[in-house]
Amino acid sequence: MHKILIFIVLILALNPLQAETAEAKGFKIATAADQRHSGFADVTADLKMVLRDSNGNQAERELGSQRLEVEGDGDKVLLTFKAPADIRNTALLSHTHSLRADDQWLFLPSLKRVKRISSKNKSGPFVGSEFAFEDLSSQEVDKYRYKFLRSESCGGMVCDVVERYPEYDHSGYTRQVVWIEREQLLVLRTDYYDRKNSLLKTLSVKGYQQYAGKHWRPAEMHMLNHQTKKSTTLFWSNYQFGTGLVDRDFVKDKLSKGR
Amino acid sequence: MLLKLVSTTTIIIGLSLASLGSAVAEVSGELILEARYFPETALFSNQEELYSSISAEINYFTSLMGNQDLTLSFTPFVRYDQHDDERTHADVRELLISYASGDWEWRVGVGKVFWGVTESQHLVDIINQTDFVEDIDTEDKLGQPMVNITWLQDWGALNFFVLPYFRERTFAGVNGRLRAPVVVDTDNPEFLTTTTIGFAPAQYESEIETGHVDAAIRLSGTVANFWDYGLYYFNGTAREPELILQNSTDGPVLTPRYNQIHQVGLDLQATLDSWLLKLEAIARSGNPEDYQALVAGFEYTFFDLGQGLDIGVLLEYHHDTRGQSNNAIFQNDLFAGIRLGFNDEQSTELLAGGYLDLDNDSAFFRIEGSRRIGSHFKASVQAQLFDISDVTDPQYFIQQDDYVEFRLGYFF
Repeated sequence: MHKILIFIVLILALNPLQAETAEAKGFKIATAADQRHSGFADVTADLKMVLRDSNGNQAERELGSQRLEVEGDGDKVLLTFKAPADIRNTALLSHTHSLRADDQWLFLPSLKRVKRISSKNKSGPFVGSEFAFEDLSSQEVDKYRYKFLRSESCGGMVCDVVERYPEYDHSGYTRQVVWIEREQLLVLRTDYYDRKNSLLKTLSVKGYQQYAGKHWRPAEMHMLNHQTKKSTTLFWSNYQFGTGLVDRDFVKDKLSKGR
Repeated sequence: MLLKLVSTTTIIIGLSLASLGSAVAEVSGELILEARYFPETALFSNQEELYSSISAEINYFTSLMGNQDLTLSFTPFVRYDQHDDERTHADVRELLISYASGDWEWRVGVGKVFWGVTESQHLVDIINQTDFVEDIDTEDKLGQPMVNITWLQDWGALNFFVLPYFRERTFAGVNGRLRAPVVVDTDNPEFLTTTTIGFAPAQYESEIETGHVDAAIRLSGTVANFWDYGLYYFNGTAREPELILQNSTDGPVLTPRYNQIHQVGLDLQATLDSWLLKLEAIARSGNPEDYQALVAGFEYTFFDLGQGLDIGVLLEYHHDTRGQSNNAIFQNDLFAGIRLGFNDEQSTELLAGGYLDLDNDSAFFRIEGSRRIGSHFKASVQAQLFDISDVTDPQYFIQQDDYVEFRLGYFF
């Protein structure tokens, strides 16, 4: 209690003109960004992943992505592999959730088998990449607690730097530091700190473009693992909004789709 | 064999020509070199130690009439085996036209359907006949002629199947391993007469034999986020034959007899954090006897133990009311296994497990692993060990058939 009091006094002393706490300001920025980027309804895109190890060896994956926005919960996402060829048409259906494990089904085309899989662990590597499924999931506001850190210039723009703490018990991270530019409230960089609170990864997001006059989406997401020196780059293309996807396109019984 | 190949090729060329000018067509496939080595002395004189084999499967997929919801999928398969004439075979795995419209999906043609949740036995899976010469794990299937209608709802799906033609199970030939002491006849008697002794054509309970129209209806869905279920009723020809030993002028023969059955089946999985709780159960009525069977167990995964390694532990119990007789292999058995997922760039996986017969102490071990090489190749290895000393065990005749299998696949 004393510590909190001292903390509050210190904050007040250091920021005499600022009434709101750093936590409230961080939450406000996150909420504003979430509101700005919601309302897309559905989006499809092509995704190429380039995986590099510390020796420069490369491996590639190609996927199709379909996403349905869900109000008040995480989005529904269907990822279908196109390459490498031995996992072609393998599909991963996820009903994502903020605070509990996602519901995930895997379609294995050679067996025609739909498998419900455990998704407790969202933090492991996704198909051998430096991205965890957790990093690719939709960023709902209630997934984290927030704290505003500072404002600083970032690549010719001004960014608010916000620290956030995952609320999901099995998250792979203790905290993340996010750089959000002020004009369009787009995330330009995220630092991920592992369970031991040491810097694990940095995500750099590039090539934002506006689609359908309102939705901003990146062309490139680069994830560098500082501990292993491996990296993965996601190249997004062919964004399509308002394709008319509905809930029933994201049920397990539809996974085979004629395959 | 040659006829089959020629006709398959003709179909491929025909389809390719038919689809010229069609916008969205994809061709993919795999070519697999395989070697199986059986280190133990064969039980029968005409069996070999080393079997080399090559197989190819091609998938041709296209939308029709420029409509994304109307698709055609064609998947021919062919295998050549060095010694076993029965394992040398071709099949149309799939030749399916699919149409999706709102809540309804239609599939007409030859297709494949998998039902079930457990790993050590596929008890409820019944739509397709097993291509048993491919692997004794019953995961390889022959293409099944079908009309399938799916009604999709928010709570799940209702599936209707009409199956107008029956496919006989494939069995190893006289030169093959993993077979009974007398050779089971299969659907190609004309190609067998010179090499096979002890053959008898299949018998059917139904007078119209393979022409019997089977049917199935299945309800499936997810309840309360964590429970995935499937419940079905099947009426038609049993997929596994009753094997009847008979005497003929050429000596003893094993006659496969395909009975008519009614079957209800349930598969259920609860996904609770790192636990997968699984159940498959069937109740069957029909010749030669009514029975019930189940397999139940769990899979628990320890996630992300460093460098992305996942370790899963599996335990499944099998029960069959027929007891140790009449092909009831999993009458009172326990399966324990371990799964390693490395989550690396090469998708390295390893699954090892053992089956223990709690009635007669027979045991059966299986290990399989695979790893991608570059972006187009995949290597896999599999080994099976049989420890069966009880001569009344239906699997007694494969006791000398321990083997290790290497595969190198090219995928495009």
